[in-house]
Order: sequence, then C-alpha cells, then structure tokens
Amino acid sequence: MAAPTDATAPIDHPALARVKEAFRDRRLRATQFRGQVTLIVEPADLHPIMQFLRDDAACTYNFLSDVTAVDYLHYPQEMPGRFAVVYNLLSHDRDDRLIVKTFLDPSIPTDGTEADPALFVDSVTDIWPGAEWTEREVFDMFGIRFRNHPDLRRILTWEDYPAHPLRKDYPLRGRGERESYRVLDRTSS
Amino acid sequence: MGIETALPTDVMLTTQLQRVINWSRRSSIWPLPFATACCGIELMATACSRFDLARFGAEVMRFSPRQSDLLIVAGRVGIKMLPVLQRMYEQMTEPKWVISMGACASTGGVFDTYATVQGCDQFIPVDVYIPGCPPRPEMLIEGVMAIQRIIDEDRIPPKGPDGKRVPLGIAVSPNYTPKPQPVGLTVGS
Ligand code: SF4
Repeated sequence: MAAPTDATAPIDHPALARVKEAFRDRRLRATQFRGQVTLIVEPADLHPIMQFLRDDAACTYNFLSDVTAVDYLHYPQEMPGRFAVVYNLLSHDRDDRLIVKTFLDPSIPTDGTEADPALFVDSVTDIWPGAEWTEREVFDMFGIRFRNHPDLRRILTWEDYPAHPLRKDYPLRGRGERESYRVLDRTSS
Repeated sequence: MGIETALPTDVMLTTQLQRVINWSRRSSIWPLPFATACCGIELMATACSRFDLARFGAEVMRFSPRQSDLLIVAGRVGIKMLPVLQRMYEQMTEPKWVISMGACASTGGVFDTYATVQGCDQFIPVDVYIPGCPPRPEMLIEGVMAIQRIIDEDRIPPKGPDGKRVPLGIAVSPNYTPKPQPVGLTVGS
C-alpha cells in the first residue's frame, strides 16, 4: 500500500488525464487517499463522464461495484455539499478502481420524503444495468432520486415509509415506526 | 425400541386417558423456526445430533404455521418482518406456544435502531423467554421443557381470571456451567 500522500501532491492517474482532456470546459476536482483516487464531478456532468469512463479505451471501467451515498451533515470538515453520491468503478482489464463522487445540496427541509428538485442525478442504469438496485437503495436511504431510472421504488423499507432513514437528521431510533403495529393477544386469533 | 420391548406381552397398563393425551401432546411439539438471525444457527444446533431436540419430541421443524404448535422466534425482528411474524402466529392453530429466543427477539438486543422491533412480545404473546446471545441449546431445550411441564399439568389453555388466554411469560435462567476453553475433542479418538 502506498504511504499516505500529502494532500497537495499532484494526482497522477491515467484515467484523470483522459477525462480532463475530453471534458476541458467542465469543473473537475480530484482527491487522493492512500493511493485511491476520487474524481469529483458536477451533478450535470455525471452521466457523460460515466459513459466516457466506461467506453474510453484507456479507461475501460466496465464494472460498477457499488453506488452509495454519504450525508455530510455535521461533518467536522467543510465539504462541497451536504450529500455525496459515490460510484465505485472497477476496470477488470486494468485491475484499477476509481471512485466518482458528485455533491448535492438540498433545497427543502430534509426531514420529509417529498421530492427535492435539487436532489436529482442522472441514473447510470443505461451504462451499467447493475446500478438499478443500488440506486434504489440510495433513493430509499437518502432520498436522492435518479432521472431515467427504470423502476425507482424503495427497496429496503416500504413504499410509504415516512422518512429516508440514513439521513443524519433522522433519529437513530426512528420516529416511532418500530412501535406502530397492532398488538395481538391470545384472544385475537 | 419403545416401552413395549421392556414389558411382557401379556401385561396390561392402566392409566387415565387425560394422561395419555397429555403425554402424547407434550411429546410431539412441532416447532415453527422463525429464524431471522444468528440465533437460528443455535436453533439448528439444538435440533442436530449433539443436543438432539428429538429426545423431547420437538425435532420435526415445520415450515408451515398450520402444521406447528410452537413458534420459536430466533433472532432480530425487523420492522418489515413483524407483520409477517404476526401473520404466521395467526395462522397457527390452538393450542399454540411461543418461545422468544435470545436477547434480540425479547428486547431488540444491541440493535436499538429504527429498523429493529424492540421485543416481539410487544406485539405477539410470548410464553417463554430464553435469555442469551445466543442462548445455549441446553437453554432452548429447557424452554421447550417448560412448555412440556405446562402441558403435563393439564394447563391448556392457560386462562386468566377473566377467562381469556394469557401468555405464560416464563423466563428461563441459565442452566449450565461454562467450561474452560478450549475443551478436548470428545469424538474421533
Ligand atoms: S440474541 Fe445474539 S445471537 Fe441471537 S439474534 Fe441477537 S445478536 Fe444474534
């Protein structure tokens, strides 16, 4: 494993150079931690860049390992946005991983479940069909919606669950969802 | 193999019909394994040859609630699983018994989160609580025997002062002494 790198050290990654060349006018950022490179893109650029990362002959990220999200509420460090959607890409040909992140800021209070126009990103299910269920999970847990997703329903909780439970402003013990069932006794069946 | 081999052929036994009925009922408690987590592994061990729940007539695990007498809730009950549990309980025919096996089924255990029901006894009647994480097979057998003792004493169905059935609410206490580890092999030499 590479030694922890200085945050200001130049990031030398072949895929980053390719992306930079192909998307000159877009805002691209990158970070690196212990040899693992993260590319940060603007939400609007996400879909073309993902398409490029899969199709470009020098990138060939043919496998999407995971889609997940992070809520940076109360994070000790200043972050570019409240939510990050994280894509974990893997190239089988080159045995190389790349993390792609995009940051979103909510425009309405986050304690409900109504659709927030600021919390939308383009689905990558047309690029990697395996993204379907992981994107559903991100939607279920964080309330981030995916445009052009074929079947965007909740996957872990039920349809009318009143919250997105992995948001940091949702209490750990819930808001009484685990207590609201009918009580069966010996005589009721 | 049974008692008839130990008796002369021309002998007659007298007993009470009620005793025979109770004996056969308590020797054929068929459990429904509601095994949702790690306690289920211990439940399997209980039914296997080392602990051999068959000695108590409870080895026939029935995966249909309509064929079983004893619901063993072994493991965490998630918020999505509780309606299923209630439905299975309702489908069982009387007389039925419920064992809540392990800390999670009885109290939620360490999983004090929005997604875990904090004790299935809040929503279904529980007859026997078995503490432990997981309980040892001896304790699960003790729990089954507690129900057998109730059947033997003819207390089916147990009634409260208002004539309605009440859950028994028996808590089993540890019935074994931990041995120093490691122990020598008892098989194969
Ligand atoms: S009580 Fe312990 S062993 Fe049983 S389900 Fe809970 S965590 Fe697993």
